[in-house]
Amino acid sequence: MTTATSSIPAPGSHGGVYKALAVLAAGILLSILALAVDVRLGYILVYMWFGIGYGLLLQYGRFCMAAAVRDLFAVRVPRMAVGMMIAVGLYALVSAVVTLAGFSGFHPNAMGWHVLIGAAIFGFGMVFTGGCASGSLYKAGEGNVGSMLVIVAISFSQAIVVTAGGWFDRLVPASWTASAAAKDMPAELKVTQGWFDQFTAGHVWDLKASTLSAMLGLAGSPVLAVVVNTLFVAVIPVLVSLVVLYAVYFRPGYLRRAKITAPTLGQHLAGVWAMCTASRNTALAGAGLGVLAGAHVWATGAMRSHYGVENFGELLAAMGRRSGLSLQDTVFDPGYWYITTQEAQWGAWVLERLGVPMRDNLFFGLDNGIPNPLLNAPGFMSIGIIAGAAMMALSRREFKLKMPSAEAAIFALVGGTLMGIGARIAMGCNIGAFFATVTNGDPSGWVFLLGMGAGAWVGVKAFTWWVDWQASRKGDELGL
Amino acid sequence: MAVSFNQTTDGKWTLDVRGYACPHPQMYTKKALQKLGSGDELKLVFDNPSSGESIIAMCEADGNDIVDRVEGDGSFTWTIRKT
Repeated sequence: MTTATSSIPAPGSHGGVYKALAVLAAGILLSILALAVDVRLGYILVYMWFGIGYGLLLQYGRFCMAAAVRDLFAVRVPRMAVGMMIAVGLYALVSAVVTLAGFSGFHPNAMGWHVLIGAAIFGFGMVFTGGCASGSLYKAGEGNVGSMLVIVAISFSQAIVVTAGGWFDRLVPASWTASAAAKDMPAELKVTQGWFDQFTAGHVWDLKASTLSAMLGLAGSPVLAVVVNTLFVAVIPVLVSLVVLYAVYFRPGYLRRAKITAPTLGQHLAGVWAMCTASRNTALAGAGLGVLAGAHVWATGAMRSHYGVENFGELLAAMGRRSGLSLQDTVFDPGYWYITTQEAQWGAWVLERLGVPMRDNLFFGLDNGIPNPLLNAPGFMSIGIIAGAAMMALSRREFKLKMPSAEAAIFALVGGTLMGIGARIAMGCNIGAFFATVTNGDPSGWVFLLGMGAGAWVGVKAFTWWVDWQASRKGDELGL
Repeated sequence: MAVSFNQTTDGKWTLDVRGYACPHPQMYTKKALQKLGSGDELKLVFDNPSSGESIIAMCEADGNDIVDRVEGDGSFTWTIRKT
C-alpha cells in the first residue's frame, strides 16, 4: 500500500496550537491556585497531571482498548490489540521496579464468574459507544459530544446500580444474604438490603483475590515473587498474544505484500516486528502509556510515603474536609490509572444533591465515599485525560465539536449504561480490572479480557445486524 | 446527519461518514470498498480521528492504496484506490 499525503495547512493554522497552550496554561494556573490554597492538594494534582499525560498519549496514538477487541472482529485490524499488548508489557516491567522499590499500593481483584459476566456486559456495550472508558474520555477531549454522553451514562448507571434495592433484592440468593449479614458491618450500611451490597459482602468478599506469586506461596521471596508475576502474568501472555495476532490477522497480508511464499522463522519474526511498528503512533503511545502508568504508581506511592498516609481520605480529614469521606475516613484513591469508580462518584454526588440517599451501602458508604468533585483526586485524572486529549487534538487541528445523531446518542446512552453495569459487576473496567491487574501479577485481568472479548464479539454481530437491517429497511442497494 | 454513499462519476465514489464515531467509519469504509471495482476510487470523508488509524491498517492488509489525504479542522478527506 502506498500512502500519499497532501495535508494542506489552512492560513492561520497556528490557532489550534495557541488554544492547546491556553488549555495547558489553565492547568498550570489551576495547579498554582490549588497549591496556594493548601499544598496538600498537590496529591490531587499528581493525579491530574498524570491524567493529562494519559490524555495526550491516548489521543496521539488513537489509543482505545475498545478498538483492541472490536476492530479484530469488525474489520480484522490488529493495530490496537498490538498497541495494548505493548502497553501491558511495558507497564508490567515498570510496575516490577516500582514494586521492588516498595511503592506499589496494588490490591488484586477477586477471581470469579462475576468478572467474566461483568466484562461481557461491558464489552457488548463498548461496541455501541465507540470507545472504552478511557477512550470515551479522550474522544470527549476531541469534541465528541456522543462520548460525553457515554461518560454521563457510565457515571449514573454505576451510581444507581450500587444503590439499587427493592425488586433487585429478589434476585439475590439467600446464601449471599446470610453471608453478608455475618460480616458484622455497621448497621447504617444495611448490607442485607440492596443487591450490590449482598453481592459484594455475601459473594465477592468470599472469593479469593490473589497475585500468582501469592497463590504459589512466594510471598516470602519478594524478588522471586515480582519476577514470577511479571513473567508469567504479563510478559509471556503478551508475547503469546502478539504471535497469535500475527498468525491470525497480520501474516497473510504481510507475506503477500513482501512476496514471500515460503517464509523462514526469521521472516516471521520480521513480520511480527512489522506488525508492532505498523502504526507508529499507536506503538509509541502504547510504550509511553505503559511507562507513564508505572511511573504513576511510583508517584502516588511517594506522595503517600511523604505524607505518611495510606489513603487520600486521611489528608482530606486533616484539611477538615470530611463531608465526602466514607465511614472509614477513606475515599477512592487507587494510586494508579483507573476510570470507572470516580465516574460513579460523580453520578452519586449529583444524585445526593438531588436528595437521593447514596451512602447506605458498602460501595460509597464504607469504601469510596462521595467527595465533592473539586476534591476528587482520581476524578481530576479523568478531567486531565479530557484536557490532555483536547490539547493534543487542538495542536493537530483535529478538535471538532461533533453532535451525535439521534441513533448515536441512543447508542451512547444505552451502551454507556451497559458499560457502567458491567464495570460494577466485574469490579472494574478495561483499565482497573484488566490493565492494572495483569501488569501487577493478578491473572483475573485475563479473565476480564476474555469476557470483554466475548461481549465485544456478540456486540459486533449485533451492530452489523443493525447496520444491515437499517440498509434493507431503506432499500439502499449499497447497504449504506 | 446520515451516512451518504454516492457514485460521482464513472469509477469515482464518495462516502461521507462525518458525525459518526467508531466503529461506524471503518465498518462503512470496509462495506463501501467491497462494492467498488478494481481501480475504482473512493473519496472518504470522516471526522473521527481514531478511525483513520484502523482504515490505514485495513487498506494495508487488503492491498488498497490511500492516494491522497487532505486533513484539517477536525475533518479528513482521503482518496482510496481499490487494487
